[in-house]
Amino acid sequence: MAIAVLVVGERVAGESPDVTFELLGRGRELADALSGELAVVVVNDLDEGAQFGIADVLYVVDGMDSASYSAPQWEAAIGAVIQRVSPQVVLVSTGTVGIDLAGALATKFNAPLASYVIDVTAQGDKLVVTSQLYGGKLLSEGEIDAFPAFVSVLPGSLPVEKGRAQGSPRVEHIDAGDQLRLSKGRGTELREPDTSGVDITSAALLVSVGRGIGSKENLELVAELAEAMKAPLSASRPVIDQGWLPKPHQVGKSGKKVKPTVYLAFGISGAPEHLEGMRSAETIIACNTDPSAPIFEVAHYGTTLDLFDLVPELTDIVGG
Amino acid sequence: MHIVVAMRQLADLVEELEVNGDGTDIDRDFVKFVSNEWDEAALEEALTIKDESAASVTVVALDEPDVDQTLYAALAKGADRAVKLTGHDPSAWVRTRERAQRIASFLAHEEFDLVLTGVQAADDLDGQLAGILGSTLDIPHAAVVVGVELTGSSLRVAQELGGGLVGVSELELPAVLGVQAARQAPRYASITRIRQAMQTQKIEEQEVSLEVTTPQVTVRRLYPPEKQGGATMLTGSAKDVATEIVNILRSKGLV
Ligand SMILES: Cc1cc2nc3c(=O)[nH]c(=O)nc-3n(C[C@H](O)[C@H](O)[C@H](O)COP(=O)(O)OP(=O)(O)OC[C@H]3O[C@@H](n4cnc5c(N)ncnc54)[C@H](O)[C@@H]3O)c2cc1C
Ligand SMILES: Nc1ncnc2c1ncn2[C@@H]1O[C@H](COP(=O)(O)O)[C@@H](O)[C@H]1O
Repeated sequence: MAIAVLVVGERVAGESPDVTFELLGRGRELADALSGELAVVVVNDLDEGAQFGIADVLYVVDGMDSASYSAPQWEAAIGAVIQRVSPQVVLVSTGTVGIDLAGALATKFNAPLASYVIDVTAQGDKLVVTSQLYGGKLLSEGEIDAFPAFVSVLPGSLPVEKGRAQGSPRVEHIDAGDQLRLSKGRGTELREPDTSGVDITSAALLVSVGRGIGSKENLELVAELAEAMKAPLSASRPVIDQGWLPKPHQVGKSGKKVKPTVYLAFGISGAPEHLEGMRSAETIIACNTDPSAPIFEVAHYGTTLDLFDLVPELTDIVGG
Repeated sequence: MHIVVAMRQLADLVEELEVNGDGTDIDRDFVKFVSNEWDEAALEEALTIKDESAASVTVVALDEPDVDQTLYAALAKGADRAVKLTGHDPSAWVRTRERAQRIASFLAHEEFDLVLTGVQAADDLDGQLAGILGSTLDIPHAAVVVGVELTGSSLRVAQELGGGLVGVSELELPAVLGVQAARQAPRYASITRIRQAMQTQKIEEQEVSLEVTTPQVTVRRLYPPEKQGGATMLTGSAKDVATEIVNILRSKGLV
C-alpha cells in the first residue's frame, strides 16, 4: 500500500514532543480517508518505536549525529525520505523543526504548504485546512488540491492521546548518507535550558505581564503586585527579548509551560505561542484594553480596563 | 561582508482587523501597516554585526503601504542602502512563496554573504520566508535564530528548539536566517534622524517582473474565531474589578 501520510518526528533530545503524537493521531484519520498507510520518520535511531504503534511504518534515517541539531542536515534527511516514499501528505509542526523544514521542502518539491494549521481533514480529493493567522485574530479556511501537500500544525491544536499507542510498526532504515554529505551545515552543540533563578512552573498563582506594560520602569508596578500577592512574576516573550526580565520568567512555546491555579495576565494579547505555555491553567484572568484580543478566547475572566488603573487597585486591596 | 535584510510591512495586530467584501482577505483599505516586528530583530542583528565588523547592510522590501517609513527608519538606524522592489500590486496580499521569489530575483544580481529576515510574519499561510528563500536560492538556512556569530567565512547560529533547548550549528555562507531575537532589543531611530535620512538618502527602486505560479492553499474564507463565550467580562470601576478579582483569588485560598 502506498504511503498516504508521513509524520515528521521532531524529537531532537529527550522525549518526543507532544505535537508528534498530535500529528500521528490526525495522520491516522487522514491516511485511512486517503486509503493509504501512515508513516513516521525519525532522524536519529532511537529505541522508542513502541510509542509509534499507531503508525504502519517507522522510517529511521541512519547516519545523523544525534548529539546536535542542524537545519540543513534535517532537511537533507527528511527530503531523502520524502523522495523515496512519495507520501501524499507530509505533517510537521509549526515549531522550530517545522519552521526550518516545511517551507524549504515544500519549495523543493514544488508543493503547496499550509502553515499555522489548527485543523486538517480530508474531504473527497481535497484537504481542508484551518489556519490561525494574524496572531490568532483571524482564522483562514482553505483547501489544497495538489499533492504532495505539506501541512504545518500549531502545537497544542489537536488531541494528543489518540496518537500514543503501543505496537510495533514495520521499521525501515533509510541511508541518507549521500544527501547528508552534501549538506552545507552541521550541528555542534545542544544547550540545555537555563534552570537558574525563579521557578514559575510550581507556583499556584502567577502574575504575568506582556508588552502592554510599555517599559522596564513600568514593570515595577506589576512587580509590587506580585510581591503583595507573594506570587512570582512571569512574562510573555517581548518582555524577555527587551531585556526587562530574565529568560526563566518566560511563558510559552520557547519558554516554560505553566499550569497554575490562577494565571493573571496583564497586557498580553494571547498569541498562539504564548497560549501554548499557559492555556491549561485552571483559571485565567486577563486584563487587556483591546476587547478583541485573542487572550479573551481562553480566559475565564476578563477586563478591558487599563492595566495602569487596575494593578494599583489590586495591590492596594491585597497589600493593605 | 554584505548582509541583506529582508523586511516587510504587516497589518498592525493591535488594531481592529476587518475582513474584506469577498471574505478572503483583510480589508487593506482600513488597516494600519507597520514593520513586521521580527524583521526589526533581523535588522538589529545585522546592524550589531556591522558595529563590530566592517559589514555593509542593505535593506530590501517589497512595495507595500508605508514601507518607505520602514526603509528610511532602517537607514536612520545605520543601514547603508535601502531597496524597494516593485512590479506587483502594492495594495494586495503578496503571499510568502511569491515574496521569496521576488526577493530571490533581486538577490540574483547581488553579491551577498548573509540574508537576515524575521522568523515569521503573522500572515505566513504558505510558510515562513527564511526556509522558502533558502530553498529558492539553494543555500543553507536556519529559523528561530537567537544567536549569530560570524568568524571569517564561517557562521555559527543558535536556534531555539522549544522548551528552552538551544541547538548550535555551523552553516556555510551564503546563508539565510530567520531571526527570532537579536542580541539586544531593536535600537530606536528618532523622528529627527528619520527626517534627516529622508532628506539626505534615497530609496533605490527596482522593478521585478515575474510570472509567479506556486501551488498554494486556496483561501475559502477568512473570519474571526467564533467567540467561545469563554471569558466572563468583569465590568465597573477599577476598584470594583479589582475587588472581584481578589474575591476569586481568596475563594481559591491564593491570597
Ligand atoms: C518560534 C516562536 C516562539 C515564540 N515563543 C514565545 C513564547 O515562548 N512566549 C511568548 O509569550 N511569545 C512567544 N512568541 C511570540 C508571540 O508570537 C507574540 O509575539 C508574543 O506572545 C506577544 O506578546 P504580548 O502579548 O506581550 O505582546 P502584544 O502582542 O504586543 O500584546 C500586548 C497587548 O497589551 C495590550 N495593552 C496595551 N496597553 C495596555 C494597557 N495599558 N492595559 C492593558 N492592556 C494593554 C494590547 O491591547 C495588546 O493586546 C514566539 C514567537 C515565535 C515565532
Ligand atoms: N525535544 C524536542 N526536540 C525538538 N523539538 C522540540 C522538542 N521539544 C519541543 N520541541 C518543539 O517545541 C515546540 C513545543 O513543544 P512542546 O514543548 O512539546 O509543547 C514544538 O513545536 C516542538 O516541535
